[in-house]
Amino acid sequence: MAYRGNAGPTLSVAGLSKTFGTIRAVDELSFDVRPGAVTGFLGPNGAGKTTTLRMLLGLTRPTGGRALVGDRPYAEHPTPARVVGAAIESSGFHPGRTGLGHLGVYAAQAGVDRTRCHELLEFVGLAAAGNRRVGGYSLGMRQRLALATALLGDPPAIVLDEPANGLDPEGIVWLRQLLRAFAAQGRTVLISSHVLSEVQHTVDDVVIIAEGRLVHASSLAELASTAAPETYIESPAEQALADLCRERGWATRPDGAGLVLTGVPAAEAGAAAYAARLELHQLVSRGTGLEDVFLRLTGGAS
Amino acid sequence: MKGSMRAALVAEYRKLVSTRMWWLLLLVLAGYLAFIGVVMASSFVFAPEEGSGAAPLEGAAAARAIYGLTNAVGYVFPLVIGSLAITAEFRHQTITETLLVEPRRGVLLTAKLLATVPIGLLYGVVGTVAVVGASAPLLAGWGDGAYLGDGSVVRVLVLGVLVTVLWTMIGVAFGSVVPNQVAAIVVILAFTQFVEPIARLALGSFDGTEGVARFLPGAAADGLIGSSLFGELAGGSSALLSRPAALAVLLSYTVVLALVGRFTTLRRDVP
Repeated sequence: MAYRGNAGPTLSVAGLSKTFGTIRAVDELSFDVRPGAVTGFLGPNGAGKTTTLRMLLGLTRPTGGRALVGDRPYAEHPTPARVVGAAIESSGFHPGRTGLGHLGVYAAQAGVDRTRCHELLEFVGLAAAGNRRVGGYSLGMRQRLALATALLGDPPAIVLDEPANGLDPEGIVWLRQLLRAFAAQGRTVLISSHVLSEVQHTVDDVVIIAEGRLVHASSLAELASTAAPETYIESPAEQALADLCRERGWATRPDGAGLVLTGVPAAEAGAAAYAARLELHQLVSRGTGLEDVFLRLTGGAS
Repeated sequence: MKGSMRAALVAEYRKLVSTRMWWLLLLVLAGYLAFIGVVMASSFVFAPEEGSGAAPLEGAAAARAIYGLTNAVGYVFPLVIGSLAITAEFRHQTITETLLVEPRRGVLLTAKLLATVPIGLLYGVVGTVAVVGASAPLLAGWGDGAYLGDGSVVRVLVLGVLVTVLWTMIGVAFGSVVPNQVAAIVVILAFTQFVEPIARLALGSFDGTEGVARFLPGAAADGLIGSSLFGELAGGSSALLSRPAALAVLLSYTVVLALVGRFTTLRRDVP
């Protein structure tokens, strides 16, 4: 499926707010999503991610502020399905309609024919299930059908709400490659998730919200630079290792047969062990503790 | 804008015919009307010549009353299938996807109203064929005749189809006011089987309110086809609206309900 469309539009959210009764679900939220990259829209459950996406897509009316797709609100595009392909978590399927029938219903308004529907079913791996009713689909199959629906109009922007939910590991890898390819084609890709580690290998940029407010927006690399490196260390001389850590003032936590050192690069730990003539069986750099940063930013870490 | 309306019409029509509900309900409608047609025709045909058990209607009037059953008892089916065009979207949360591809909610509702017209025509034709097919042989063989060539009878048949189309559209408009599927079906059943018959009887019993009863939807539909089984059986005082007035009343129900739906259900944030 070679993409010959235009570069994706910038999605911009400015001062966006939504109040339900007395609850401020989204509070003065502002951020931009650039084309040619995958942006992760992250926050714990209930942070206001889906409400924000629904306002961006014209499903929910903002209490204040605005959300634009390119130069205008989503609903003001003449054929919105050809501009943004979206899959929202609360969206559903009629259980009595077949997968192909579902795509066929929405194909008309995306301006495509039945051939495209067959092509997409094949593309998302549902070719064999196309003539079965959706009532018998698994959660993963529904996710794939929702993705196929979003892609009907071959849109330059793609917005997916928790797309990894229900996908098997193989499906997650497939989705990751697909989204990377979309970004490489110049499309705008925005995906939400409540787990950073789920999208950590997919996204270029992150927008993190908590309790309806923006807490962080940057590239993933910048976010990583604020995180402390972690090192896994294992020694048969457990007491000696514990003494060494105390001596050096390293923060540790037990993990399996060894310890995880926070804020200590592997090289530093290895040098210290060598100097202390400590026998090591494992010394592994765990990279940066992004999840910890995410939890700290969103107020989930105690 | 023109192109988006055409696309919306295609989408809404495909929604109706891509599940089994339209033909399941159609089968039940045909079977039910055939059964009622036989029962009614038999009660007319095999009634004693005179006395308290005598047939209340004879000749062409009997044929019109029986052929008008598509409207008189069948109208619950087009109402239900019409309401499902909206309520199924909310029940299965397909309304989200629907509004993603067509955010103009007025376009969506208009498309839903118009896309049910072919279904309404089909229901009207099949319902009429079922009731005529079941009752005409009885009327012709044992009664005063089938009167299928009679002008007044043909008008009832044709208008019976037209009124079924209107009921379907009223169903859509009603669904937009009551998008909860279970609630919509309960209200439709309660209103058609219980509330309106009682209201027509009660209002029709007093000189001051008799004029009001003609404006109830079922009574207006009777006025449009020009035959009221209900009126005839309730004592012959069938004060009905003229055909143009009845058509105007039924269209007003459609428009008013649709406007209410547009500015309540379809104005809100979609859940």
